[in-house]
Amino acid sequence: MAKYLLLKHYRGAPAPVNDVPMDRWTPEEISAHMRYMQDFADRLEKSGEFVDGQALAPEGAWVRYDGEGRPPVTDGPFPETKDLIAGWMIIDVDGYDRAVELAGELSAAPGAGGKPIHEWLEVRPFLTAPPAVTE
Amino acid sequence: MDALLLRSLTPGVIGVLVRRGADFAAAEDAVQDALVEAVRVWPDDPPRDPKGWLITVAWRRFVDAARAETARRRREDRAETEPAPGPAPSVDDTLQLYFLCAHPSLTPSSAVALTLRAVGGLTTRQIARAYLVPEATVAQRISRAKRTVSAVRLDRPGDVATVLRVLYLVFNEGYSGDVDLSAEAIRLTRQLAAAIDHPEVAGLLALMLLHHARRASRTAADGSLVPLAEQDRGRWETGMIAEGVGILQAALARDRLGEFQAQAAIAALHCDAPSAEETDWAQIVEWYDELAGLTDSPVVRLNRAVAVGEADGPRAGLNELASLSEELPRHAAVSAYLHERDGDRATAARLYAEAAHRAPTLAERDHLTRQAARLNAVDADRAEDPRGDI
Repeated sequence: MAKYLLLKHYRGAPAPVNDVPMDRWTPEEISAHMRYMQDFADRLEKSGEFVDGQALAPEGAWVRYDGEGRPPVTDGPFPETKDLIAGWMIIDVDGYDRAVELAGELSAAPGAGGKPIHEWLEVRPFLTAPPAVTE
Repeated sequence: MDALLLRSLTPGVIGVLVRRGADFAAAEDAVQDALVEAVRVWPDDPPRDPKGWLITVAWRRFVDAARAETARRRREDRAETEPAPGPAPSVDDTLQLYFLCAHPSLTPSSAVALTLRAVGGLTTRQIARAYLVPEATVAQRISRAKRTVSAVRLDRPGDVATVLRVLYLVFNEGYSGDVDLSAEAIRLTRQLAAAIDHPEVAGLLALMLLHHARRASRTAADGSLVPLAEQDRGRWETGMIAEGVGILQAALARDRLGEFQAQAAIAALHCDAPSAEETDWAQIVEWYDELAGLTDSPVVRLNRAVAVGEADGPRAGLNELASLSEELPRHAAVSAYLHERDGDRATAARLYAEAAHRAPTLAERDHLTRQAARLNAVDADRAEDPRGDI
């Protein structure tokens, strides 16, 4: 049992095979894509592997501490930021191979022309608590 | 109310329902309902015979559920009356339940969830909290697992090794939620050891006790890891160690060595040393040789390299390490440790940083980062100090 983050990028991932931006899809293709994502999450829930799934707005702000008694500084968005996260799915699976298998399925979500996007997803293991047996 | 007593009754009550003709999945559901009811009712109205109470309530739940089901399907009359009690529940029921819940057709996570619920008597919510996953996910995992094993008949003997693997997984998960999974694994292994006479069951129980006895000393107040050599051995629980050693010795005397007994023997040698310096590393190396003969796990060979480094010096340890793939988890951490002991601090610092980058757990990452920082700070001081001695 190990948790993995399947990370989806708006920007910063290598180009997918079916590389047509979403705003050039037909409305039906968009609906089919959304349905696929929802079905995927439902399947994970039924298989007992779902932990969390969230989508993020593309625009946010950068915030930092600006010293005692001063409000935090906000800035951005910075268009030059290379990496832009679109959302994630957290899964709890029996091992890395299963995580890769599921990421592969998620990446097959249909895009333009109803064909799989072949989108690159980032698979990142969670750091866990140390095991009880140590030697 | 004694929650542990309540939970320890779970497998026996499921066994009674199954012997009265309930299928396993329905029996398990009914007993869960009865447990919830017990938690609600017992504090104000404790039963004289807790097990009898649970059987009665669980059976009633089962009958109600079966009736509802029956009504749904053309109102057949079935399970109308309570049958005469079957023979007294035996340890055999419990044992069969262990085998069923760890059945090889289940994935490890399903077997763990089902074991914790049906044998351990934990609720779905408790299991979900312990594993930091949503309750719905665990509920699905359990109902799928029950479907998978529904065709398995309870009267066939299972493989004890699969049960031990599941219990070991639970133990290793440690303590993350409101349920102490290590303590629960010890309880379930103890219960198993009472039901079946098997040296590897004893070996696993000994291994768990010998690790659990040292748990408190493994982490500092701030949550950081304390390496074995720096642990306050006064905090080790000597009673638990003595129990583990006794169980292990009895198992070893039967001359059917297995992986868990060998691992427990190594743990026992650590527990036996009054200080890190007095550890019998030569014997530990011998036990790693035994262990390597029982499994071809490269992790065992990695640990053996550490032991060789302690027994015969860091160079010997590094030689051992040279034959192992650098891809192995913790390879860089072991290499860093041995290089530092060999006096090569610069390499050690670099390897500690690399090991931190690849650490599988948060506590290890922080520990390894501190090790790298410690060496780098010392080297920086040295560079500033022309005498070079710190």
